[in-house]
Amino acid sequence: MPVPDAPEPLVFELSEPGRTGLRLPAIDVPDAVAPAACLPAAALRREPPALPEVGELDVVRHYTRLSRLNHAIDTGMYPLGSCTMKYNPKINDALAALQGFAGLHPYTPGSLAQGALRLLWDLEQALCALTGMAAFSLQPAAGAHGELAGMLIAAQYHRLRGDTARRRVVVPTAAHGTNPASAAMAGFEVVEIPSDADGVDLDALRAQADGSLAALMLTNPSTVGLFEGRAAETARIVHAAGGLLYYDGANLNAIVGRARPADMGFDICHLNLHKTFSTPHGMGGPGAGPVGVTERLAGHLPGPSVRRFDRPGEPAARFAWEAAGPGSIGRMRALFGNFLVLVRAYAYIRTHGGAGLRDVSGHAVLNANYLMELLRPSLPPAFDRRCMHEFIADGRALRPLGLRALDLCKALLDRGFHAPTMYFPLVVEEALMFEPTETESRQTIEALAAAVADILAEAARDADAVRAAPERTPVGRVDEATAARRPVLRHTSG
Amino acid sequence: MSVPEEYPADLRYTAEHEWFRPEDGRVGITAHAQHALGDVVYVELPAAGARLTAGKPFGSVESVKSVSDLYAPVDGVVLEVNPDLAGAPELVNHEPYGGGWMIRVQAEALPDGLLTAAEYRRLVEA
Amino acid sequence: MERRGAEAEGRQLGEGCGYLPHTARDEAAMLEKIGVPSIDALFAQIPDEVRLAAPPEIGPGLDEQSLARLLQAMAAANSGAGLVCFAGGGYYDRYLPAAQQSLLSRGEFLTAYTPYQPEVSQGTLQVTFEFQTMIAELTGLPVATAGLYDGSTALAEAAAMARAATGRPRVAFAPGLHPEWVEVLSTYGGDGGMVPLHEVGDGRDIAAVIVQQPDHFGRVCDLGRVLRERPAGSIAIAAVDPATLGVLEAPGALGAEIVVGEGQSVGLPLGYGGPYLGFMAAADVLLRRLPGRICGRTLDAAGRRAFVLTLQAREQHIRRAKATSNVCTNEALCALAVTIYLGLLGPVGLRRLGELCLARAHYAADRLTSIPGVALAYPDDPFFAEFALRVGDAPGVIDALAARGYLVGPAIDAGSLLVAVTEKRDRADIDGLADALREVVTGAGA
Repeated sequence: MPVPDAPEPLVFELSEPGRTGLRLPAIDVPDAVAPAACLPAAALRREPPALPEVGELDVVRHYTRLSRLNHAIDTGMYPLGSCTMKYNPKINDALAALQGFAGLHPYTPGSLAQGALRLLWDLEQALCALTGMAAFSLQPAAGAHGELAGMLIAAQYHRLRGDTARRRVVVPTAAHGTNPASAAMAGFEVVEIPSDADGVDLDALRAQADGSLAALMLTNPSTVGLFEGRAAETARIVHAAGGLLYYDGANLNAIVGRARPADMGFDICHLNLHKTFSTPHGMGGPGAGPVGVTERLAGHLPGPSVRRFDRPGEPAARFAWEAAGPGSIGRMRALFGNFLVLVRAYAYIRTHGGAGLRDVSGHAVLNANYLMELLRPSLPPAFDRRCMHEFIADGRALRPLGLRALDLCKALLDRGFHAPTMYFPLVVEEALMFEPTETESRQTIEALAAAVADILAEAARDADAVRAAPERTPVGRVDEATAARRPVLRHTSG
Repeated sequence: MSVPEEYPADLRYTAEHEWFRPEDGRVGITAHAQHALGDVVYVELPAAGARLTAGKPFGSVESVKSVSDLYAPVDGVVLEVNPDLAGAPELVNHEPYGGGWMIRVQAEALPDGLLTAAEYRRLVEA
Repeated sequence: MERRGAEAEGRQLGEGCGYLPHTARDEAAMLEKIGVPSIDALFAQIPDEVRLAAPPEIGPGLDEQSLARLLQAMAAANSGAGLVCFAGGGYYDRYLPAAQQSLLSRGEFLTAYTPYQPEVSQGTLQVTFEFQTMIAELTGLPVATAGLYDGSTALAEAAAMARAATGRPRVAFAPGLHPEWVEVLSTYGGDGGMVPLHEVGDGRDIAAVIVQQPDHFGRVCDLGRVLRERPAGSIAIAAVDPATLGVLEAPGALGAEIVVGEGQSVGLPLGYGGPYLGFMAAADVLLRRLPGRICGRTLDAAGRRAFVLTLQAREQHIRRAKATSNVCTNEALCALAVTIYLGLLGPVGLRRLGELCLARAHYAADRLTSIPGVALAYPDDPFFAEFALRVGDAPGVIDALAARGYLVGPAIDAGSLLVAVTEKRDRADIDGLADALREVVTGAGA
């Protein structure tokens, strides 16, 4: 990564009074009304906001230089477990930018947006086919948003059955933090139960499986990268107690095209389109987190939804928005979803088809197992068995060298790789979770394993040098304690 | 970070690593706890006048990457909150038994379960 | 990365697609290293009763050209995107500068991940810090977050913050809050959690009062007075359109303690509903209740200025069930788009944008209300760049105008609709709309 000599100034520090980047059209209407003439004086701005005054070239150079300080999929590998950092196909971006999509106002009458409605309907059908669910809402903007919708659906389902005792949601301690946070936001009491390599602790689950159990949230494969061996029994216990089973789709890349959450007994699920379905992460968003349900819960989905009408004699089907019914949880957001993200996911699904998506999971799991074997001499796996699309390497193996998992991660940054996921899930000490994804070549995977071995060899010679990493990045390790103790969250001029 | 006296004898301790000084009613977390937490960045404490129930959470202590609940060692009422912690939470790391004190409590009675320095030391070193 | 050899030695591109790089030779070598005979053998963990015998039926894979043809046809079927757009309701047809579009296509922004490793994410983090600064400046409040999903969910989070901060259960809203945003507040806040402002009674159970400026009907009020009149002990929340904040006063200067809004109007495409951008700024005292990511300034080990995600102990990955919110993925790329847009405009440009839209909108209102049968729905209330028009049959007028090449709306009720005027609509467009509406309303072609 090119390391600049001096830090890039803030855009405010490039400001020169009088400069502007965009010329606007002149006011072209006669007897032009000014704000002071028609608006209450008390509502008018007294001091202009301190936005930067910069020219277009300043802006272009500044943000171009900033972009070059980032690692990105387009520059190097990101073996981040649980994030599925696969290649984001450029054709999907180009198609999402078509004027017919990007320039479509959300309040356009449905008859004039038939292409968009068709796309949404088709996407929903595809997601149903991939998961076995009966219906999806494409509204949620992120996985956590989909989880919240799913939890609200569970609450609605129990409430409308007159079952007001269901106040508890159970979550494994290995679960991603959004799971308990979403359940809490939906008003549930959250109980965390232990889990291990084979799944959740069934005794702990049975202790919770009574009339107060609303739902269990799981992901499969689990957050330790293994297929839940006890999935069937887990489903039986939860359903026998009258609870619902929720599937966190973060790890779908391991099984897409080969197994479906509904067949495993899940009642509600969300998917992460920015993981499994390749939409770009954009530095942390936007994503999309559609929520899907089995038939008996379909009435609780957020609305509106797209309906298809086929009429005899009409050559093409018509599509229209249909308002949500009385059992719906309501809107999760004002409009229909992150539409331009959904376009990308749709294009990705159509590119692959069913067989292609099966190849995706096949190669994802192949790559993870291959990496696991290559790393074994350096970092033994935390669970010594075949993994799925990701695995946890045991960072405690670094201790004899005087290193922590964190040190290995920082040293990888110096060698052009993003680090794996550190310290997650919480149930494994010094965890390093690797997920190569299916779009990385054998050569790239071998290069990553070689880099890890190289770091360990360097540590054996000079552990201090490794602990000082990274040194070939724009900044070194940052002082996070001061950032939190004395937060400076904005620039102040002058 | 070495702290001169790891287990001051005049204090009483909880299994959750809080300490209580019967002499002045002050409460804080132990040297062992601050070491495990790493750099403390923020301490969330109740206001003066709040009631405490022994064994129940009364606040939390945050490091960069974690947050831990603080458990009341005694029943009582909060008399005073350490005003220095908002601006200098690192006092918890540097002076866990001194300047890093968190609250001062009017204790109703000493509960049975509190540990002596020797008992706490045995717990930690086990 | 090293270039691979000729396709001839590897996989046939046909059934699969170019995103799966392994040749047959690669696969064989990898399987041997792992010690399994085939890829399918790696899925032995999946129980038979759950394993699919065949891939799901979702159609064949498509080559890139065929895919493009399919999606282009779908885009072309959205004839609404070709209309001259006077629609509003919270989302506006903004001119997106070429420099902004070019920068947003850079792969280092588009394909980067959340900046959990700050050393290789300073681009992302510095942009976020600049965004937070701009939002704080526009809103007049000291601290802003890295952003949320959209304006409606940012408002729902603000309501949750107010409930947590005050311990009170209900949130009041002034008339004129976007109707769909009210629905979202109800979804998040549960039954009975929302109440119209005129029904608050003594207000002792009111955690916050929400006022939207401009409101759903484009109207501008004396925001400071409305906020001052709120129940004692309740938190003042303003929901604003950032494109107006070069002309309208910062809500923080008028007493707002939380400001949220929809960032679409300052640099995002209409995109049929998303992705958009929720922003949030708040008073210092609410800092630790803020949801989602926040970026802070610090130093690295060598004393260089650096930026890092901070105050993470609020968030779900640390506090789990007790987090301020469940938010993880946000709208970072959209925040970049807004940051670049506001940088190109500057304070003078933002003010001129507001003045231009306001002047044109008032001209449009004059031209349209000169048509018999057409009148302002709120003639006594000042408006900014959008207004509510009584037209008789709102849905019918929307359809008839669309047939003549103009998009207006949304409908407010059976008889009224919204008309918004942006910098993209010039005088000729407005005159054309007036002519078309005259035709429609006087029956000359309804």
